[in-house]
Amino acid sequence: MDWSNNVIDDILRATQAKKALDKLMLPFWNWSQRNSMYPLHFGLACCALEMAASSGPRWDAERLGIIYRSSPRQCDVLLLNGWISKKVRPALRRLYEQMPAPKWVIAMGECSISGGPWYDCYNVVQGADTFLPVDIYIPGCPPRPEALIDGFLKLQQKIKAEAKGPFLED
Amino acid sequence: MAEMWVNMGPQHPFNHGLWNLRVLMDGETIKYAEPILGYLHRGWEKSMENRTYPQIIPLSDRLCYGSSMSWSHLYCMTMEELFDIEVPERGEYIRVIVLELQRIVSHLLWLMAFGVDLGNLTVMLYVIREREMFLDLLQSITGARMTYNYPRIGGVRNDLPPDFERDCIRAMDYFQGKIDDYEKLCDGSKIFRMRTEGLGVVKPADAINLGLTGPNLRASSVDVDIRRDDPYSVYEEFDFDVCTHDACDTYARYRVRMDEMRVSCDIVKQALEKIPDGPVRVKVPKNAPNKTAVARVEDPRGEGMMYVVGDGTDKPYRLSVRSPVFVYVSAANHMLKGHKIADVPSVMGSIDMCLGETDR
Amino acid sequence: MAEITACSGNLTGLEIADALSKKFAEGVTINSASPRRVYSQVNKEVFLEVCKFMKDELLFDHASLVSGVDRIDRIQAIYHITSYINNCCLMEIVVDLDHEAPEIDSVTPLWEGANYHERETYDMMGIVFKGHPDMRRIFLPDDTKFYPQRKDFKLKEVP
Repeated sequence: MDWSNNVIDDILRATQAKKALDKLMLPFWNWSQRNSMYPLHFGLACCALEMAASSGPRWDAERLGIIYRSSPRQCDVLLLNGWISKKVRPALRRLYEQMPAPKWVIAMGECSISGGPWYDCYNVVQGADTFLPVDIYIPGCPPRPEALIDGFLKLQQKIKAEAKGPFLED
Repeated sequence: MAEMWVNMGPQHPFNHGLWNLRVLMDGETIKYAEPILGYLHRGWEKSMENRTYPQIIPLSDRLCYGSSMSWSHLYCMTMEELFDIEVPERGEYIRVIVLELQRIVSHLLWLMAFGVDLGNLTVMLYVIREREMFLDLLQSITGARMTYNYPRIGGVRNDLPPDFERDCIRAMDYFQGKIDDYEKLCDGSKIFRMRTEGLGVVKPADAINLGLTGPNLRASSVDVDIRRDDPYSVYEEFDFDVCTHDACDTYARYRVRMDEMRVSCDIVKQALEKIPDGPVRVKVPKNAPNKTAVARVEDPRGEGMMYVVGDGTDKPYRLSVRSPVFVYVSAANHMLKGHKIADVPSVMGSIDMCLGETDR
Repeated sequence: MAEITACSGNLTGLEIADALSKKFAEGVTINSASPRRVYSQVNKEVFLEVCKFMKDELLFDHASLVSGVDRIDRIQAIYHITSYINNCCLMEIVVDLDHEAPEIDSVTPLWEGANYHERETYDMMGIVFKGHPDMRRIFLPDDTKFYPQRKDFKLKEVP
């Protein structure tokens, strides 16, 4: 599989077909990526309840393609919703590694942004960006479901602006 | 057959909260279950020694996010014991109203999680819909959806908004019909009954010895309710039933919580009828006396208790918390031993986990 | 009908305090007593006997909370036990322990519900409970060197 992929890639590059293909396929890949953001169903703390509420009937996040999946292998967004203790940090890092690329990280709530009210606690990691590349920060303690959905829409804009596709990754 | 350890957690669809259940399997049968805690530990009790008394109220909301009101109320109650303050009567009535609304919200949250555990997603969607109604009521009083920061040492922050009584009674009447819907959906489903009846049996004597409290104790056929037996706030004024069930199993725990939601609706209605006029809050001194105080309440999950040591300054010398769920997890082995691994979500889901107060 | 009902006994806190001070003339001090609350201080030597007496004779069937307080010169173990039968009475037992090597008998054989509370107190305060079936740290990793609830462990100072 790798071998055939490489051969196809080489041919595409050699014949300049890659550029044309990218131009054709990029909007399509990008559109499908940003409209099917599957976050990991992983509740850390308080904000997890607002995550549940946002997928309920009133806000209905599923209409925007935000569907929670239980396995990291099926996800492309890691939603950090709560304070991160030193005991759970390795587990979170491993979950992030397990997710297939392209992947994004959203830090929801003050605790995962900067430690929040637990600024002096001995067992809390002061901010998720100390060990994960965070893309979107949603402030609030806890943020309302509207704010969570707004964060996902911001991530959509970011994916659109990044303009990445599987054929473009050099 | 060879024995095998299975790790369920910290990321696992069955656990609502961050904990790890290690089970020793013999084939499909559970021989031993060992909970591993500490994934949400942040040293709550220690860091409270760095904060002044009023600063702790919003942080005690974050102890248990499923029922934040009852924890900040418990904290304020402990402090009133320490400062030796009487709360005005209207303040106490408002507290009872918000506490019982919070109890309904918490039980609805539990039913939502339990529905997901048993694969009954319809219950989850129904329950979230009605939960929003109560969150709106609480939001109209406090301004927040989840972490309210509403009780104060010596009363509550603000009075009830105009027209609250009308909205609340309307919501209660609508909701009581909805409980019937849930019961039809759950009790009428043969799969639901098969997955709950006869599982996780805890006999009454065992339940007391293991330290179970609250709905889980009453489901084990023990008639204890701190609201009635050691009345705090103004619970003496109300006439309400204590719901118990004789089956001692997962289904009994479900039944008790459903009945309790009806009782809570009743208490709210009684409180709205009896509520007197007057102030809602009194002034309190800044520095605590040099003594200790203890208070306990009937949290939606069980017996919540706080113990505080004052040392004459404006910060507590020591504040320790009794969380009901912390004791429930220690009973996991007793409840799970001998069951199949597929029953773990049903049994563990029925005890209403909330890890924020467990790990503190 | 429920098999066990609260308040079916009729001993109040005052009578419980009386019975306790009669049985243990030395080692038990009753600080104050009211119908639903008893506050007492117990010597370390008679502590386990007091607990057995409370459980068997006075029907205190529920261990609510086990915690500890660091008083700089000594460490106190605090027990809150409840009797569902006798008026839902709550009793507080304070035991003074040595600061250097705090040790006390475990009450887990009497009340299974105290199991995790004792482990937590060991984790946070460093009090060793003799006779506990599983004396390990519960929240922090096993190789942690400090006891966070002690007063000599300082939190980060943030301006």
